[in-house]
Amino acid sequence: MKILVCISHVPDTTSKINFTEGDTKFDTNGVQFVINPNDEFGLTRAMWFKEKQGATVHVVNVGGPETEPTLRKALAIGADEAIRVNTPATDGYSVAKQLAAVVKEGSYDLVIAGRESIDYNGGMVPGMLAKLTGANFVNTCIGIEVDGTSATVLREIDGGKETLSTALPLVIGGQKGLVEESDLRIPNMRGIMQARSKPLTVKDPVAATAETKSVSFEKPAPRGAVKLVDNVDDLVNLLHNEAKVI
Amino acid sequence: MSVLVYTESEEGKFKKIAFEAVSYAKGVADAMGTTVTAVTINGGNASELGTYGASKVLEVSNGELGQFNAEAYADVIAQAAKKEAAKVVVLTSSANSKFMAPLVAVNLEAGYVPNVTQLPVNISPFNVKHTVFTNKAFAVTEITTEIKVIGLAKNAFGLKENGVSTTAESFAPSLDTHDFDMKIVSVDKASDKVTIADAEIVVSGGRGLKGPENWGMIEELAAILGAATACSKPVSDMGWRPHSEHVGQTGKPVASNLYIAIGISGAIQHLAGINSSKVKVVINNDPEAPFFKAADYGIVGDAFEVVPQLIEKLKAFKAQNA
Ligand SMILES: Cc1cc2nc3c(=O)[nH]c(=O)nc-3n(C[C@H](O)[C@H](O)[C@H](O)COP(=O)(O)OP(=O)(O)OC[C@H]3O[C@@H](n4cnc5c(N)ncnc54)[C@H](O)[C@@H]3O)c2cc1C
Ligand SMILES: Nc1ncnc2c1ncn2[C@@H]1O[C@H](COP(=O)(O)O)[C@@H](O)[C@H]1O
Repeated sequence: MKILVCISHVPDTTSKINFTEGDTKFDTNGVQFVINPNDEFGLTRAMWFKEKQGATVHVVNVGGPETEPTLRKALAIGADEAIRVNTPATDGYSVAKQLAAVVKEGSYDLVIAGRESIDYNGGMVPGMLAKLTGANFVNTCIGIEVDGTSATVLREIDGGKETLSTALPLVIGGQKGLVEESDLRIPNMRGIMQARSKPLTVKDPVAATAETKSVSFEKPAPRGAVKLVDNVDDLVNLLHNEAKVI
Repeated sequence: MSVLVYTESEEGKFKKIAFEAVSYAKGVADAMGTTVTAVTINGGNASELGTYGASKVLEVSNGELGQFNAEAYADVIAQAAKKEAAKVVVLTSSANSKFMAPLVAVNLEAGYVPNVTQLPVNISPFNVKHTVFTNKAFAVTEITTEIKVIGLAKNAFGLKENGVSTTAESFAPSLDTHDFDMKIVSVDKASDKVTIADAEIVVSGGRGLKGPENWGMIEELAAILGAATACSKPVSDMGWRPHSEHVGQTGKPVASNLYIAIGISGAIQHLAGINSSKVKVVINNDPEAPFFKAADYGIVGDAFEVVPQLIEKLKAFKAQNA
């Protein structure tokens, strides 16, 4: 089985978000970038496929050279090879187009992506990629088993979960549940050393036109101070009469 | 030309977000000088959609579509959009909408923007405002394709009545076998519980509650308010509560009218997921807890004292206002 894990390179969850150039660009100054958390769960699940079922695991990112440390981290965690498509990730559709070319060329059986990136929260790359490559697609995926060419997939739905059966090739939009928090792997020294000699191939982009264009950004208006009350009577009154939510 | 809106339903009844989506679609249609067509799949009574501004309703009734199936539903919506020559397709931010929106978009060669919080800033160019960085900021994005797909954020627009006369027509899309490549084996769903996605009120507990055995009062508080229960990430990591209740940047987003956080410190990753809730209440015994900076109302106190009192007070309040 050949698995491709799509890795989005995003600001660490604790990052303060600021913009520059007249609020048209995300300010990366002082921002620490990490593997998108949803992708980290997927990568760990891919490692299990590698260890238990002998899968080959490649990771891919569409982005500039600045994302290479993130790909190296994925190699240190245990991926066999990394691919970087050398073009800025301008919109979800154009990223999906680039990934589709990688998927076709590498004939992957399973593509593990994240439910969404925590930066632009598009939640669109996996679905678009599936549609562009004609693969089956499961979103909000919290469990997957593969037997030959068939897959059993667990999906989170509002208020519960659903078990689906489908065939490879398959794209999933994964999240926590694929593996648990405690299963996540921190690269160790050996992994980091090995990662240095693993292939990281830089590919030229294929032609792809973006369908959306970023215009500007804005931060939410600062909020008023909290109203502290010292008893539940006042709280219920305020929620009823002032906030009108109960 | 028209604005097409998909109206979600469950067991033949429209969901509230369906009415919100129609209200929104009507606003977009007015700005564009056109009308709203709704498409329903085994949905409710078409006239209910007229109340919010749908002039035409395409009704799909098909037993094979009894359960949500992203591929097939996306196909239905794309075919409806083509039939109506729709320029804008309005979906919501429900899990199902987010699942199928990218499929609809590729099918229609349309640009897609999710988490849209208000009517388009501009029609030409077509600029929409939406949340990014998990609610830490907003972005304005231009959709440059001829057809546009919008995912409306929950509770961002509200319901607006716009009574129009409605014509309903049955619509039989052509489905192919690829639409049914995914088979549902089983569904495991607590049908009596309010889900975080649908809830107007969410009651959420954190590590301050000490252990899963103390969730009785959280459940009771939620039951009185008709609320969904939720939790912080460590609480679900430790297995005190199911994963599906974990809210935050890496969990579920909450966009309820009221969010009550009990024994939750208010870490940046938690706040990111609940920023779009309208009113936030915090109960925490540490006055320095960061959550107080993000809340509207707060009680500094021990949850084990405050919550039982709040339950009693709300019982009395409900009895009075019943
Ligand atoms: C990559 C990453 C992603 C993350 N994503 C998320 C996410 O999506 N969602 C999320 O929630 N977290 C997330 N976190 C974790 C986050 O950083 C915090 O650790 C977490 O939110 C803290 O949970 P808590 O508030 O329940 O616990 P704590 O921080 O331990 O806070 C407990 C609070 O309870 C109060 N308390 C104690 N006893 C009482 C009492 N008797 N009565 C009242 N109050 C009491 C304390 O004063 C304290 O404020 C993430 C972290 C990382 C690194
Ligand atoms: N630039 C990118 N390169 C590789 N994978 C990506 C990229 N952007 C998004 N993805 C994948 O698609 C998922 C959803 O991203 P998004 O649609 O941007 O929310 C991510 O979790 C990644 O798995």
